[in-house]
Amino acid sequence: MSTEISRTSLNLEPAALDEIKHLISNRAIEGETVLLNMGPQHPATHGVLRLLLELDGEVVVNCIPDIGFLHTGIEKNMEAKTYVQAEVMTDRLDYLNNIGNNLVYCLAIEKLTDLDVPPRAQAIRVILTELQRISSHLVWLGTHCLDLGAMSLFLYTFREREFILDIFEMVSGQRMMTTYLRPGGLWRDIPVEFEGTVREFTGLLPRRIQQYDDLLEKNRLFLERTKGIGVLSTEDALSWGVTGPMARASGVDHDLRKSIPYSGYELYEFIVPTHTDGDTYARYLVRMEELRQSLRIVEQALDKLPLGPVRSNNRKYVPPPRSELSTSMEAVIHHFKLWTEGFSPPKGSVYVGVESPRGELGCFIESDGGPKPYRVHMRTPSFTNLQILPLLAKGHLVADLIALIGTVDIVLGDIDR
Amino acid sequence: MGVEQKLGNLGVVTTKLEDLINWGRYRSMYPLLMGIACCAIEMMAAQAPHYDMSRFGMELMRASPRQSDLMIVAGRVTRKMAPVLRQLYEQMPDPKWVLSMGDCASCSGVFNNYALMQGVDEVVPVDVYVAGCPPRPEALIHGVVTLHEMVRGEKLTDWA
Amino acid sequence: MTDKNEGLKEIVEALQARFDADVYEFRSETSLIVNLEQIVDVCQALRDDFDFEILAEQSAVDYWPQQSPRFHVVYQIRSLKRNLIIGLRVPVEGDAPTVPTIEGVYRNANWFEREIWDMFGITIDGHSDQRRILMPHDWEGHPLRKDYPLGYEEVQFTFNFDEINDRKPYAKE
Repeated sequence: MSTEISRTSLNLEPAALDEIKHLISNRAIEGETVLLNMGPQHPATHGVLRLLLELDGEVVVNCIPDIGFLHTGIEKNMEAKTYVQAEVMTDRLDYLNNIGNNLVYCLAIEKLTDLDVPPRAQAIRVILTELQRISSHLVWLGTHCLDLGAMSLFLYTFREREFILDIFEMVSGQRMMTTYLRPGGLWRDIPVEFEGTVREFTGLLPRRIQQYDDLLEKNRLFLERTKGIGVLSTEDALSWGVTGPMARASGVDHDLRKSIPYSGYELYEFIVPTHTDGDTYARYLVRMEELRQSLRIVEQALDKLPLGPVRSNNRKYVPPPRSELSTSMEAVIHHFKLWTEGFSPPKGSVYVGVESPRGELGCFIESDGGPKPYRVHMRTPSFTNLQILPLLAKGHLVADLIALIGTVDIVLGDIDR
Repeated sequence: MGVEQKLGNLGVVTTKLEDLINWGRYRSMYPLLMGIACCAIEMMAAQAPHYDMSRFGMELMRASPRQSDLMIVAGRVTRKMAPVLRQLYEQMPDPKWVLSMGDCASCSGVFNNYALMQGVDEVVPVDVYVAGCPPRPEALIHGVVTLHEMVRGEKLTDWA
Repeated sequence: MTDKNEGLKEIVEALQARFDADVYEFRSETSLIVNLEQIVDVCQALRDDFDFEILAEQSAVDYWPQQSPRFHVVYQIRSLKRNLIIGLRVPVEGDAPTVPTIEGVYRNANWFEREIWDMFGITIDGHSDQRRILMPHDWEGHPLRKDYPLGYEEVQFTFNFDEINDRKPYAKE
């Protein structure tokens, strides 16, 4: 195994140029157009994305994304851990959607082991996932506008995001990597202050969203940099497998929360915003409407929040509550078995997809009947959505490329895993 | 430096050269704008209004390594990223410092596998390690203030 | 849930009449085990005749040390119109297998297949851009294979701190 640092991955040596010869035009080889390296350290690539650009003046002729600078080996590492231990890894995949990652992994395990989740736990899962969606869209809005030169939006959206992080910290003790959802339910019940704090937030945010709209919707600079930029047609969106707000802005009416409801999403009323223009501005509108719809879901879930346990009673897969340990020998045995060896689901494979802020987030788990997952594959939305960047960027200016990277809403941890 | 007390109304200050240089260095540190993974989001939060790193004179992030003197390694460094990181470090002008933010950068945290550098100190020399996964913005600010203290205490005889 | 699976059953029966495919069912999910030669035709039929528009996922599973089949290439294909999802599995044999590309049917298979080549070393026949995607281009081996080591490095504790510290390659200025 080569543990040495690979020195050649950055520089365009002749061998490396040979590898990508079929992706660039002949004009680049003749020297008519310029090959320009963008990234991996670049303020507008949202992480460690590297783009190799072929430029004719300022116009992008070809754009070749080079990913893998954040390849963490999460899938391989999960195979070496028990099912519960491996959940810690999922947090760090898409680091703006930690709870969504936990959710898809837990749903996959629950499908694999046929576990039932109590309604209270499901409602809390919905509240937290929607809050996470809001926080992710806030980061997207802030950084996207920062790239386009509207710095103040970044300061405002991060102010609101702190509120959500405080809520997460209140329920789990951590701001980002919560691992609060567990197979079969939640880690523990929410604290008493939870409902009041979330209601305070849902009361505050609509005014703030209006404020963002006021700042941007009549802003000529913003409109000129987003309208008509990077138009994605419905056919292209389908054949490239684009999901999430990207697809919905191109007229694909598809949301897994509606079509295959999980965690009790069928109980809540919300609309799936779509748009037909398919340009950067349409994607902005869709995401802003999603913020409002997420707030609606959070409010409904809070209104309907049922009482009851937050963990399944199936002791084969879910550890007993702490209070039982001092009274029941059986509970001690279950606890010991679950925390030393872990549980062993039956042999088989499942695939579960949920709607993350970026699109379809899927988890494929294959079990061989042992206490460790045999193979986990995370189907991540940014990975498929980034593939259309060359298609979108062709023929646009380099400055528009910055807007396009922002509008795809990539998270590099999500792409490289 | 306590300039105010010594200043009087003469307009003249006497101080040690060492103090003056260190004061200049730690009061105007430009961090490199380089976010790698999860910690970068917390680094952005530290810049944002709630925590506001500009209270410590750290608000100006430079996107070019040639204009910066502090590298905050915010996130896990893979074997593919390591040569890039080293090249960025070599492009920074002296004097330069490295702050390793988070468990992944310091010792690769929960990931012990083929893809990650087991600690970024194998690639660049690190001055301050900040623990946490990810560290809270307060922890990052504490790390930065610790680095400031370190730079203030540097001896002229060590490097001149 | 029941009527959903009814819709899938018809499709599976129609496919079985045209191709020789085994059905594998687990927890309300249906997978077809398809021959290596027929996978492109099956995908084409799914897209054109049964409205399965989106390739949701494509990956592989390594069953090492079992040799025949050593790998399964797994596909999940989604139909938005009918609101269905169907799994496909292609068993492939040996250490250096080849599967045909389905890039011509679903274009986003491009990166998925590059990842399968990078991580499992399964050659994709007819792929337009077969390069490593996640690992450095001069990397040796295919990390997600079961015979590839995890690359675990010893963890420093109080009792072995000095011992590991001495051989750790700290960077110089």
